[in-house]
Amino acid sequence: MNGVHDMGGMDGFGKVEAEPNEPTFHEKWEGRVLAMVRAMGAAGAFNIDTSRFYRETLPPHVYLASSYYRKWLLGLEDNLVDKGFVSASELSTGHAKEPAKPLKHGKFGLKDVERIMVRGRFERAPQASARFKPGDRVRTKNMHPATHTRLPRYTRGHVGVVERILGCQVFPDSAAMELGENPQWLYNVVFDGAELWGPDADPTVKVSIDAFEPYLEIP
Amino acid sequence: MTEHDHQHDYHHHNDHSELSETELRVRALETILTEKGYVDPAALDVIIQAYETRIGPHNGARVVAKAWSDPVFKQALLEDATKAVGTLGHVSRVGDHLVAVENTPQRHNMVVCTLCSCYPWEMLGLPPVWYKAAPYRSRAVKDPRGVLADFGISLPKETEIRVWDSTAETRFLVLPMRPSGTEGWSEEQLTELVTRDSMIGTGFPKMPGSPS
Repeated sequence: MNGVHDMGGMDGFGKVEAEPNEPTFHEKWEGRVLAMVRAMGAAGAFNIDTSRFYRETLPPHVYLASSYYRKWLLGLEDNLVDKGFVSASELSTGHAKEPAKPLKHGKFGLKDVERIMVRGRFERAPQASARFKPGDRVRTKNMHPATHTRLPRYTRGHVGVVERILGCQVFPDSAAMELGENPQWLYNVVFDGAELWGPDADPTVKVSIDAFEPYLEIP
Repeated sequence: MTEHDHQHDYHHHNDHSELSETELRVRALETILTEKGYVDPAALDVIIQAYETRIGPHNGARVVAKAWSDPVFKQALLEDATKAVGTLGHVSRVGDHLVAVENTPQRHNMVVCTLCSCYPWEMLGLPPVWYKAAPYRSRAVKDPRGVLADFGISLPKETEIRVWDSTAETRFLVLPMRPSGTEGWSEEQLTELVTRDSMIGTGFPKMPGSPS
């Protein structure tokens, strides 16, 4: 979706401000939110792409005005309500009132913590051979799905070069909408700065994205 | 008051006024998830502890120091970082899809996630606020030199800058250049020079003898 989360190339947000000796969490609740998202994901309530999609669908003014973990909280609430794990009325009273909905992997407990400390594996068996190889020129499609995609707007319709093949991986555009993993070949595609930003761009800059095969066509 | 100070105050004000409401909501949600038997709150405690204590940039720093000291490991890291890091007992829990990219006198690498906040957690811990915020995400791909200037860094004008936008599940670790004057240093000593930002590409390692 062409949401406000897709920030590459936007102007006006000001300088980057790094906080010296930044703590892991600024408030205790931030850690609770992070842990709840990880736990409910691991228990099978949603996948990581769905989780991202719920943050992206927050209204733009809410997205921009909310702190990072506040966005995680709002996205988590919406996600869990839509999937039927909690109800809006439970959220407003702060207590369980309805029977639990079974989780795909059961309750998240102490025994499950170590499992989520290792990153998941997203590579899957390919259904077909890769269409592109390193060195190939490719054009990103001019596509604007209203649902989740990982092709940033600033790269759409531009010509780049395939630098690496990254295997065949879960396709976020499908997974986010719970349409299955639909594995697709993934490529690192590099663009010249001028191709993305025009002739005034810094000539020393190159930008790459990881692009799934359905995002790419022959120029 | 400058425009910038004003923005800062605004954010602070905002954070404070939303805090109690946010805190109540978080508590409500956790109570519901616990009462419904979805999560054990003790397991949430352990997740939080892990990110506060075990998982941080010291993991990535060990990998970088090892690559600076051991050319065979460095080669393996650049070829397949997941596999190479997997051979190191103490930081082996990296999972899949890690790619290490090497800074050279000709090329500087910088990592961003313009769409959300993808970051190599297992190597660097949870990302800092600036990495997840609009200024960095919007400008890193269009004006990386300007962003580096915000960090007080400038590169020779002929140095190529390669920005890696983390749009899939690949996680990128920058292998910074080994500081000069560190000949004969042990891996342990070198580890102390590796900063988090040098592994994102928004900083350099510390120079020998600089305050830690």
